Amino acid sequence: MKTVQLAIIGGGPAGLAAAAAAYDAGLRDILILERSGELGGILNQCIHAGFGLHTFHQELTGPEYAQRYIDAVQERNIPAWTDCMVLDVSPEKVLTVTGRSVGLQQIKAQAVVLAMGCRERPRGALSIAGTRPAGIWSAGTAQRMVNMEGYLPGQQVVILGSGDIGLIMARRMTLEGAEVKAVAEVMPYSGGLKRNIVQCLDDFDIPLYLSTTVVEIHGQEHLTGVTLAQVDDRRLPVAGTERYIPCDTLLLSVGLLPENELTRQAGAVLDAVTGGPAVDETLATSLPGVFACGNVLHVHDLVDFVSQEAAAAGRSAARYVLEGVKDSESIRLEGKNGVRYTVPQTLHRGGAPVTVRFRVGQPYRNAALCAYAGDTLLKRIPKRILTPGEMESFPLDPAAIPAGTDTVTFVVEEAQVQ
Amino acid sequence: MKRELICIGCPMGCQLTAEVENGVVTSVSGNTCPRGEAYAKKECVAPARTVTGTVAIEGAALPVLPVRTAGEVPKALVHEVARALRTVTVHAPAAIGDVVLQNVCGTGVDVVASKNVTRI
Repeated sequence: MKTVQLAIIGGGPAGLAAAAAAYDAGLRDILILERSGELGGILNQCIHAGFGLHTFHQELTGPEYAQRYIDAVQERNIPAWTDCMVLDVSPEKVLTVTGRSVGLQQIKAQAVVLAMGCRERPRGALSIAGTRPAGIWSAGTAQRMVNMEGYLPGQQVVILGSGDIGLIMARRMTLEGAEVKAVAEVMPYSGGLKRNIVQCLDDFDIPLYLSTTVVEIHGQEHLTGVTLAQVDDRRLPVAGTERYIPCDTLLLSVGLLPENELTRQAGAVLDAVTGGPAVDETLATSLPGVFACGNVLHVHDLVDFVSQEAAAAGRSAARYVLEGVKDSESIRLEGKNGVRYTVPQTLHRGGAPVTVRFRVGQPYRNAALCAYAGDTLLKRIPKRILTPGEMESFPLDPAAIPAGTDTVTFVVEEAQVQ
Repeated sequence: MKRELICIGCPMGCQLTAEVENGVVTSVSGNTCPRGEAYAKKECVAPARTVTGTVAIEGAALPVLPVRTAGEVPKALVHEVARALRTVTVHAPAAIGDVVLQNVCGTGVDVVASKNVTRI
């Protein structure tokens, strides 16, 4: 059986950054396993600019950002098997892989970094009434068609969901000559970044209808239109608000789901809120030697944070292989009162300062993010604005946590609901 | 004249208010960093955007090559630049930064490849 020090599952931004960081931390026997024919992952279809502001202080396109990390991996001569699918990961870290050039084989790894990314929530998860015609695509599928296959899926477009991919595709389809008639968002606020609302919708006078959803799909062979309706505060359609919009294309931008089939098969503990594995401050899952980073861990909005997190996972994997683990007292982290979850979910006493990341459940203004150990306030960070679409970063030094604390709770305080 | 803007300088998305008199921005409020003020001044007087898209490519694994304007172009010309991209066909290989269209729409800005593509 082939053996490696570190196997990295996924050659997107997370896997690439993890590989380079693990190499720099001393590992020399690393293998990246990538399902697609090229490295770079989803960045290859994200041809718009805006990546890398935090890391490189410029607005790179997705492929440009990916190339920086592909170069980093190639400069270090880290091998990557493309067109290679990982079918199974055992708790003993034996990977079953298949690919046209490598056949079916098993690889025994001393450590594994899970970097499989996420996929889109499909129509079937939405329970929309109506027929099943052609012309309904997830926004990311349409993005791939337009930006990589050179094919425009339709001419008259309605977009359901105001996540970033939907907003980006509203602009992209418009620039390719399609007419985007509306973006409908079931929530009373957009889940997308402000920048994308301004530059992808406002710039092109594309209307964004909040508290609005698709209640019916029309058309037999091909989509002919959708019926939109406003929803009440329980997200139920309000009778009398229906309006019919003719269109040949409906794009769904309704959320991303971490792709954790392998994680589940391997037996790692998953977090019900993030959909990703539960990890400690080293990004170690519940399986010894198995680490996770990027969108497979929790869905990010900025790739810069994916790269940072993945580099940390790569360094942790290297330390695990080279030094083993030192066990110490574990403290549970939890989100309450507006904080939906935390990553990591646990941290160890005596560890280095960490950045705890999470999302809030609704928009807040003039609020504060607070961390408590019981009744003791550990840290308070004022925030002019908090929105579910933007991941928060909360630096915390474990040394500040009083002895005897078993749980640190993160909350939103002094908030006026927007 | 007051103009309300959302700053796009970073993910914060600050709500800006700019006072514009005779085509000149006289004050900006609501920003939390200098980039907000710079953005409002530019956006109210000479708005500009980076345009990204694709051009046709022959001899590559995929039929299109992603491209970008090397710098920003006037916002009013965004559609025209996008249309200009549809007239271009290049041949593989291509490398990031290769010029595929010089001085697009007379803006003085080049359109460049944004992906490395090998010839097959």
